[in-house]
Amino acid sequence: MNKIGDTVAQKHGAGGPAMRALIERVFVVGLGEAGAGLAAMDDGAAIPVGDRFLVLTTDSYVIKPLFFPGGDIGRLAISGTINDLAMMGATEPVGLTCAVIIEAGFPIVDLERIRDSMRATCTEAGATIATGDTKVMGKGELDGLVINTAGVAFASRVVPDSGLRCGDRIIVTGSVGDHGFAVIAARHKLQLEGALASDVAPLNGLVRAALAVGGDGICAMKDPTRGGLASALHEMAAKGQVGIVLDEASLPVRSEVRAASELLGIDPLHVANEGKAVIGVRPEAAERVLRALQSHALGREAAIIGTCVAERPGSVILDTGFGRRLLAEPEGELLPRIC
Amino acid sequence: MNAGARDGAELKFRDPGRARELSAALGRLVQSLGRAPVTLMHVCGTHEQAIARYGLRAGLPPALRVIMGPGCPVCVTDLCEVDEGVALALQGVRIATYGDMVKLPGSSKSLADAQAEGAQVEVVYSATQAVELARASDRPLVFFASGFETTAVATAAIVLAQPPANFSVLSAHKYVPPAMEAVARLPEARVEGFLAAGHAAVITGYGLFEDFAHRHRTPVVVAGFEPLDILAALVKLLEMIRDGDHGVANAYPRCVTRQGNRRAQEALWRVFQAVDGPWRGIGVIPDGNLQMREEWAALDARQRFHIDVSGLKQAAQSQLLRRCLCGKIMVGLVEPTDCPLFGRECLPDSPVGACMVSSEGTCKIWYQYGGRPDLGGTT
Repeated sequence: MNKIGDTVAQKHGAGGPAMRALIERVFVVGLGEAGAGLAAMDDGAAIPVGDRFLVLTTDSYVIKPLFFPGGDIGRLAISGTINDLAMMGATEPVGLTCAVIIEAGFPIVDLERIRDSMRATCTEAGATIATGDTKVMGKGELDGLVINTAGVAFASRVVPDSGLRCGDRIIVTGSVGDHGFAVIAARHKLQLEGALASDVAPLNGLVRAALAVGGDGICAMKDPTRGGLASALHEMAAKGQVGIVLDEASLPVRSEVRAASELLGIDPLHVANEGKAVIGVRPEAAERVLRALQSHALGREAAIIGTCVAERPGSVILDTGFGRRLLAEPEGELLPRIC
Repeated sequence: MNAGARDGAELKFRDPGRARELSAALGRLVQSLGRAPVTLMHVCGTHEQAIARYGLRAGLPPALRVIMGPGCPVCVTDLCEVDEGVALALQGVRIATYGDMVKLPGSSKSLADAQAEGAQVEVVYSATQAVELARASDRPLVFFASGFETTAVATAAIVLAQPPANFSVLSAHKYVPPAMEAVARLPEARVEGFLAAGHAAVITGYGLFEDFAHRHRTPVVVAGFEPLDILAALVKLLEMIRDGDHGVANAYPRCVTRQGNRRAQEALWRVFQAVDGPWRGIGVIPDGNLQMREEWAALDARQRFHIDVSGLKQAAQSQLLRRCLCGKIMVGLVEPTDCPLFGRECLPDSPVGACMVSSEGTCKIWYQYGGRPDLGGTT
């Protein structure tokens, strides 16, 4: 069991077991009845309205640096919320809200660049920002800029992240680790060869295409953001009470990401993705869903990467081709190894 | 992208088909020795990483034990050395160090604790980066340097390259060959053969191990880090044991020579000298520590600063620390799962022993990858 300690530490925001422990002990328990739906700890909430569900989600975005290869905090703030809605099966956003908290001294020209990026991403996702809020804090009271977005959408069927059963196949919609390594390289100014670029993108169109052919055959979805594919799969395995066996050879990983990961000793399965989804599908629907994903621009490299089994519920087992081992969740902040 | 697009070299040393052939050969060789278990030791965290990372243990014959010796530089960094770094940081000196060192517990505090109290601790990826940090400001910067021969050479190179006046080095560098001596002398370890670390041998040359292998009548094979490198080296080692060959074999000829890298060796020994020193959990290793020579006193943080560690010492060792088996794990006497703290009080998030801190540490690796799990072979 994870101890949460007396004060909040960086690890409590890293997307792994420490963060789940903090949310469970402080918010889920502490909010009681007022926190209906929180206990599911899914990507968002689904509130029944007539014969449909109103899906609601909110997320705050902080990232260093604000501009990184492949995207920026604006594109991230729109995509992240669109994707949280999409992972619940809600691919038609009704509207978004956007609140920004800005540090005094922040360049207006950067703010405009971020706004343009948000607008372009909204257009891509077919979404609009319906309302917003702006606050300014003193210099040093905040590191640059924080953006919060919330989103609302309707769904006729909610896809939870807990729906896996034995025999289900696991699909990932493209290469893993791109966002995490692009940001690590930019943050630490590592002069790595090759084109590391974030995958940040709104996925509602891609998910819509998958749901159109997969229907009820799509039983669980999650976006592998903080904590990476490893954390997403652990959570899905634990909630569905299944084991997941991953076939490493079929995992799409770009060669530049693989190179950076071996250099830094950081596993591509442990870093964030911002434009990928993990989809659990019933075996009979797997090929159909895979083909639909692959014919979408954001899913060309989609692959079936694993199968759910009855053994070791809650665990993720990696078949490396040489043998099998457990896949661990990342713990705390990712620090590169020494040699 | 997918397996198909990976480069040739990677495929060559990561071919599961070849791996199965080598595993089968290991099974036949162990059987031909007619005793169990046969214990082989490697002395490198990168080897343990690769063994765990690729799930190689699941495919080894049950009678073959491949254990990790004192091969994690972070794990063997002594409490006193961590205390020195923490004390300097708390004195207001800016510290640059490798990522793994930050969480390593000292007598009462780690650098991460010092950081939480406001000390400036920067993570660097290379010795060169530490010098760049020093150049960027006038404030004194101490590079808290750790690692074996491989990273010690990098430290030596920057010392020789006239770093700025505000830069100095707190050396926690260690030298592996004397630690192999210490383990080979332990009768209870019963190690029948050693895998030597390929990257260290790139510098020292494999000739360095010839005298050792001969004296201890124990073969040594220098091994690389790809899965097939390791399996092929294990096969070679078992063949040598079978044939009574107490020599040294080079199973990493694409990188390692008998002489090694002479220029790197010169740089290493111009800057450092081997002195007796404590290795955490193991004890004093004769010639095991790399200390900066007197000539470089101006760049030696121990000479430049008065480092007062008295405030960090604790009168009694904590109850938990007394139950920690890191020392025995590091000389291969027990496995992490034999430790009462492993996975309970001692976790990557809140490590008790040093082996749980670094990604090169045996316990951390076992915790992450499930140790010797009964997960079955590959499908």
